Amino acid sequence: MESQEADKNPVVQRLRAWDGQAVSEVIEFRGETTVVIPREHLQRAAGYLATEPFLYFSFLSDITTVDKFPLEPRFEVNYHLLSIARSDRLRLKVRLAGNDPVLPSVTSVWPTANWHERENYDLFGIRFEGHPDLKRILMPDDWEGHPLRKDYPVEGPR
Amino acid sequence: MTTTIETPTGAAQTMVLNMGPQHPSTHGVLRVILELNGEIVVKAEPVIGYLHTGIEKSCEAKTYSQVITLTDRIDYLAPLSNNLGYCLAVEKLLGIEVPKRAQYTRVLLTELTRITSHLVWLGTHAIDLGAMSVFLYTFREREEIMKIFEYVSGQRMMTSYFRIGGLALEPPPGFLDKVRRVMDALPGHVDEYEDLLTNNRIWLGRTQGVGIISADDAIAMGCSGPMLRGSGVAYDVRKAFPYSSYDDFNFDVQTQTAGDCFARYQVRVAEIRESIKIVRQAIERVAKADGPIRTEAPGIIPPSREEMKTSIEGLIYHFKIYTEGFAPPPGEVYQVIESPRGELGFFVASDGSAKPYRVKVRAPSFVNLQSLPTLAVGRLIADVVACIGTTDIVLGEVDR
Repeated sequence: MESQEADKNPVVQRLRAWDGQAVSEVIEFRGETTVVIPREHLQRAAGYLATEPFLYFSFLSDITTVDKFPLEPRFEVNYHLLSIARSDRLRLKVRLAGNDPVLPSVTSVWPTANWHERENYDLFGIRFEGHPDLKRILMPDDWEGHPLRKDYPVEGPR
Repeated sequence: MTTTIETPTGAAQTMVLNMGPQHPSTHGVLRVILELNGEIVVKAEPVIGYLHTGIEKSCEAKTYSQVITLTDRIDYLAPLSNNLGYCLAVEKLLGIEVPKRAQYTRVLLTELTRITSHLVWLGTHAIDLGAMSVFLYTFREREEIMKIFEYVSGQRMMTSYFRIGGLALEPPPGFLDKVRRVMDALPGHVDEYEDLLTNNRIWLGRTQGVGIISADDAIAMGCSGPMLRGSGVAYDVRKAFPYSSYDDFNFDVQTQTAGDCFARYQVRVAEIRESIKIVRQAIERVAKADGPIRTEAPGIIPPSREEMKTSIEGLIYHFKIYTEGFAPPPGEVYQVIESPRGELGFFVASDGSAKPYRVKVRAPSFVNLQSLPTLAVGRLIADVVACIGTTDIVLGEVDR
């Protein structure tokens, strides 16, 4: 769904100019821009987006995962960024294979990511490498399974 | 009046104390593991999840309309804000526009919700810090607004009054007059609270210079709402990303620069006054606007009762919508609104079926609570109570 509209977006243009490899796809839907980023570029791109004076996405609003089970790549992790200075929003998306749900932590860029990453670990089983204290946050520590995965029944485990 | 507490040097003997989950000042079931050196907090770790009910998982098993009743229960002190956030997200997904009269009524009711939420906060926070009487006053005024909610929707708390595409019902006659009467009395009552607290020496002693967070830290920790504005960042979703015609209203974003508990108190009290201003404007706008309270979109929005009773198409649509639901196009949206606690986001992903594939709630108090250690470390245990209070958490929203 690469559209011309998305290419005119100055944020996307900047990102492409910075590193063409870091943007694998741009999705434009209902006025929201999503930039799909390969896993290995996530941490660098996060640092760039948060500090680059023209972009200044210094506020991480949310991190959330969508489980596409049984499709592959199974997981889509979405980072919702906000630039308070420019009143702009951007969604970063990273696609992960079901057998290897590992991501670099972005807590060094946005300290608020700490609890968001713990929540995604707890409910989806995404592991964040470099997280200072990756443990369950909403479910009990000895809980088995990750409740928001699509292969986890709504009624709970049997 | 700022006092600094010096940590005694030398071999520190620390002890660990559990505050909560059953503790009146934790506003529900929050547990904070405190590491103490004498009475001074060395480390604080919030432990949450005691109220986790799996609302996001439940959403995936319901149709888009049925989810509205669950959103009431996320932040039970601001149910209408949650209704609004979710409805706007689904409306964005569908690409439908809501009639102006419904938009203004939504603004009116969400601002009343903000007032009730801030009143509960003020009353409970004052009780936490030992001022009992404020609670009785704020709940008296809150009750008047709850009566308005009951009058308009039939429910005091779990209103589910906003529906996808507009409102559930036509507001009953005399609704605006009732709101006007309550709004006329309220500014005087806010003066009463301020008389009791703003220049009260004990209040100042318990809140000034306590729980300071700088603007940079607040942004880095993802704080929003009065937490962020109390630290001097003039970010308000209603101004930055106007929704539901907020750009038609005149109001100011309230900020304070101190970043302490007192600053957050000042911001919230000022916001009550701003909300009264917005509600007054909304009364005028709702009175002038005419037109439907729901948008027309056959197959998505149920037809009016009359149409359902008199035309066969209306009956078919009604039946289909309530049995099968409707299917938005595949895609993902993230809609953010300014709830009383800050940036409330709804991420809704659709796979083209009649049930949402994924609903994620970006709960402002979940994120705000994360900064509690920043506020509390180096302070006394008694200050932890003030810090939890001005963070304004609702555990239903933190744990979802």
